[in-house]
Amino acid sequence: MATVTATPIPQVVAHSVEKPMKGWVDWVTTTDHKKIGIMYLVLTFAFFGVGGVEALLIRLQLAVPDNTLLDFKTYNQLITMHGTTMVFLFVVPVMAGFGNYFVPLMIGARDMAFPKLNALSFWMLAAGGLVFYASVFFNPPECGWTCYVPLASKDYLPNGGVDAWIFLVHLTGIGSLVGSVNFYVTIANLRAPGMTWSRLPLFAWTILTYSVLLILALPAIAAAVTLLLTDRHFGTNFYDPAEGGSPLLWQHLFWFFGHPEVYIMVLPGFGIISEVLPVFARKPIFGYKAIAASTLTIAFLGLMVWAHHMFTTPSPSVVLVFFMVSSMLISIPTGIKIFSWIGTLWRGTIIFATPLLFAVGFLGTFLIGGITGVILALYPVDWQLHDTYFVVAHFHYVLMGGAVFAVFSGLYYWYPKMTGRMMDEKLGKISFWTMLIGFHTTFLVQHSIGLDGMPRRIPEYADVGNLAIYNLISTIGAFILGIGILLTAINALRSLKHGAVSGPDPWKANTLEWFTQSPPPQNNFDAVPRVRSVEPMKDIRAEIERRNNEPDPVSA
Amino acid sequence: MFDAKPPFQRASGPTTRGWFLPVQSVTRIRQALRRSNRIPHLTRASWRTLTSAIALAIGLTLVTAGPASASFWAPQHGGSPNADRIHTLYAVVFGVGVVIFIAVFGALVYAIVKFRARPGAVAEQLHGNTRLEIGWTAGAAGIVLVLGIVTFLMLPGIRNPDNSDADGWAIPAGYQTAKDKELLPKDGKSLNIDVNGQQYAWRFTYPDADQDRQNNVQAYEEMVVPTGTTVTLDIRSSDVGHAWWIPKLGGKADALPGYTNHTWFKIPRGKEGTYVGQCAELCGRNHANMTARVRAVTPDEFTQWLAGQKQSLAQAGVAAQQFRDQQAKNDAAAAAAQAAENETTTPEASTSSTDAESAAGAAQR
Repeated sequence: MATVTATPIPQVVAHSVEKPMKGWVDWVTTTDHKKIGIMYLVLTFAFFGVGGVEALLIRLQLAVPDNTLLDFKTYNQLITMHGTTMVFLFVVPVMAGFGNYFVPLMIGARDMAFPKLNALSFWMLAAGGLVFYASVFFNPPECGWTCYVPLASKDYLPNGGVDAWIFLVHLTGIGSLVGSVNFYVTIANLRAPGMTWSRLPLFAWTILTYSVLLILALPAIAAAVTLLLTDRHFGTNFYDPAEGGSPLLWQHLFWFFGHPEVYIMVLPGFGIISEVLPVFARKPIFGYKAIAASTLTIAFLGLMVWAHHMFTTPSPSVVLVFFMVSSMLISIPTGIKIFSWIGTLWRGTIIFATPLLFAVGFLGTFLIGGITGVILALYPVDWQLHDTYFVVAHFHYVLMGGAVFAVFSGLYYWYPKMTGRMMDEKLGKISFWTMLIGFHTTFLVQHSIGLDGMPRRIPEYADVGNLAIYNLISTIGAFILGIGILLTAINALRSLKHGAVSGPDPWKANTLEWFTQSPPPQNNFDAVPRVRSVEPMKDIRAEIERRNNEPDPVSA
Repeated sequence: MFDAKPPFQRASGPTTRGWFLPVQSVTRIRQALRRSNRIPHLTRASWRTLTSAIALAIGLTLVTAGPASASFWAPQHGGSPNADRIHTLYAVVFGVGVVIFIAVFGALVYAIVKFRARPGAVAEQLHGNTRLEIGWTAGAAGIVLVLGIVTFLMLPGIRNPDNSDADGWAIPAGYQTAKDKELLPKDGKSLNIDVNGQQYAWRFTYPDADQDRQNNVQAYEEMVVPTGTTVTLDIRSSDVGHAWWIPKLGGKADALPGYTNHTWFKIPRGKEGTYVGQCAELCGRNHANMTARVRAVTPDEFTQWLAGQKQSLAQAGVAAQQFRDQQAKNDAAAAAAQAAENETTTPEASTSSTDAESAAGAAQR
C-alpha cells in the first residue's frame, strides 16, 4: 500500500529584476549599511568643519582682552552652536558612521539587522541637523549646549532658538535610539560562524556598549527636553521654582544623559584604538578580555557619575561624596585600558603609519585628560575648577585629543577599505604633527587660563594676570590645529582619485572587513570564513602560508 | 669644558647606581622583573631616565609652587583658609598626577622608541599577562584609594567654616540668622551675609539684630567684610542661575532660584584689600560683566562702615518719607485747587478730583 506522494518539481519563477538606482536617488533611497555609513561620515565631517569654524571664531574673539569683534549675543550663539554641533552632530554620529560601515563587515554580516531602520536613523540625524542649523536664519539658541533653565525658559529666551535645539535633541535622539537597537540586534545575531562573544572584535564591543548606553541614557534627555518644551509653550512649570518646579531637575535629567554621552563619544574611539594598535605593532592586543571588561565597567560606572557636573549646586554632602567616589573609580578601568594599550605596543615591531601615529597621539593626550579628570572628580577641588577654562581644557583633551584623534586614526585606517585607495602617508603625517602641536598649544595653556580665574563662556575678559598671553597662545594653537585638520580633509578628497590602489588588505590587518574587496561589494562577502580567534585574518593568512608550503599533493 | 658631568650621569658608577632610590630595592625590583621573562625588563639606562624624570617633575613642582606663579599650575589662594586647603589638596593630587603621567608617558615613549619595526625584529606574540594585569589594576585602585583618603581627611577643613579669630569683628548676639547649625563654625558665630544673584549683579544683605528685613544694610557689587572674621554666605538667585566665585576666597557656589546655597571664607588680619571674581555660570548676554568684589577691612573700619551704612539708610528713609509726605501734600493741594476750579466750571469733572485724591492717598501709603 505504497502511497504515492507527489514529489515537488522544482520550478523556476521569474521575478522582475529591479534596475539599480542611479546617482543621488540611489543614495537617498539606499538601505545598504556601507552607503549609509558613508553618508553618516560625510555629513558628520561636514558638521565637524562647521563646528570647527565656530570654534575658530570663538578663539578669535578671545585672542585679545576686551575684544569687540563679536557682540555678546553672537558669542553666546556661537558657543551653543559649537558645543551642540560637536556633541550631537559630530562625535556621537561619526561613531555611528564607522559602526554602520564596519560592524557588519567585522562580524561577517551581509548588512545591518534592520536596513530600513538604519536609513531612518541617518535621515533623523540629517533632519535634526537641518532643523538646528535652520535657526541660523532667525535666532540661534544662546544658552550653551547644556541649555540650563531658567535661562532656557520662555521668560529669558523667548525666541525659537531654544526650540530648534529641543527638536535637534529629539530628532537626533530618535535616530540614535533606532540606530542603537539596530547595532545591538546586529551584533547579537548576525555574527559569523565561530565568532563567539570572546572573539568579537573590540571595536564591535565598544559599539555594543555605545548602543546600550544610548538606549539607557537617551530617554532621560528626551523627557527633559519635552518638559522644557511644554514649559515653554504649554504652560507647565516643571522647571519654574516660583510654581513648585525645580531648575535642579533639569540639571539631573540633562547630566543623567550628558555624562554617559561622554562615554558614548569616547568608547568607540577606544575601540578604534584597540583595532589599530595591534595591527601596526604586529602583535595581538594585550589583555583582550581586560579591555572588553573595562569597556563594560566604564559604561556601568559612567551611568552613576552624572552629578559630578553639579558639585557646585546646592546638593547635600552625601550626594557630592557618592559622585566623587564613583567618578574616581572610573579611573581604574580607564587606567587598565591605557596600560593594556602600552602593553600591546611593548615588544612589538611598530610600523609608524599615520593611523598608528594618531593612535599614539590619542594615548598621550587622553592620558592627560584622564589625570585632569581625577583632579576634577575631587569635589572640593572642583569647587575651584568648575566652569573655568580648566574644565574646557579637560574635556577637549578627552573629546578632541581623545575621541577625535581616534576618529582620525580610524579614518586613515579604514579609508582604503571604504574607497579602495590609500590616503597619502606623507600628507597624513604632516597633518598629524600639525594637529598634535596645534592641539597642545591650544588646550594645554587653557588649564592655566582656568587656574588664573577665567570662567567658561565669557566673550571678553580683562587684561589681568597672564590671561592676555595665555589666550593669545591658545588662539594661535587653534589655527594651527585648524590647518592640520584641513590637511587631512584635503588628503581625503585628493586620495579619492589620486591615492594608490589599496587592494583588499593593505595593512595586513586582523579583522574580517579586510577579507573582502576594497570597497566591498554590495553583499559584502560571497562566503564567510569560520572564525577561530579574535584575529581571523591572521589565521587565514597563516593557513594560506601553510598550504603554499605543503608539498604538491599531485606530485607527491 | 664638558668634563663636569651632569648629576644624573653619576648614576653610571657601580657604587652610586640607583642614587635616587635605595640601591638594593632597585636591584631587587629589576631582578624580579628579569626573572619573569614574559615581563619585559627595563634596562639600567631606562631606570635612570625614569627616576631622574620623576625627580625632575617633583623638583619642577616644588619650584613652580612659589606664590608668584601659583595660578600657572594650581588654583588661586591666599585669601581664606578654605582656598589655601583646596590649593594644598590640589597640589597633592597634581603631584601624584605628574608622577603618574611621567611613568605612563615614559613607558609609552620608551615603547615606541625601543620597539619600532627594524629589519629582523620579530614581534612577540603575547596575548596578556594575568599577573601584570592584576598588578596594575591593584596599583590604580591603590592610588585612587590614597587620593580618596587624603580628600576625606582634608574635606572637613574645606567644607566646614573655621571659627573667627580672637581679634576679629565681635559679632553681636542678635545678628545670627536662624539656619542649619552644620553650616556655621563650631562656636556658632559667623557674619552671615545674604548674597542674591540677578542679571547682572550681586546684592548683599547684611544681618542686623531685629526681625525686620526691610531695614537691613544692603550693598551692590562690593561686599565689605571684616578681616579675621568668618563670613558665611547664603547664596540665592532671583532670576536665572549664577555662580558666586572669588578665586582667592575659595570655591564656587551656584546661585539657583528656589534654592539656598552656602559657602564661607575668612580673610586673615593683615590681608585687607580687594578680592575680585566674577559670575561663573552662563547667565545671559552680559554674563562676562557680572563681576563680584569683596573688600576686606579691619574690624574697626567695618564697625564704622556698618554704622555709616545704617545711618545713611536711616537718613535716606527719613528723607524719602519727607519727600513722600511733601509730595502727597502737594498732590492734595493741587487736587483741592483743581476740585475748587472744577466746581465752578462743570459738574462731571468732579470724578477726576476723587481720582486725584485717591492717587494722593496711594502715594501716602
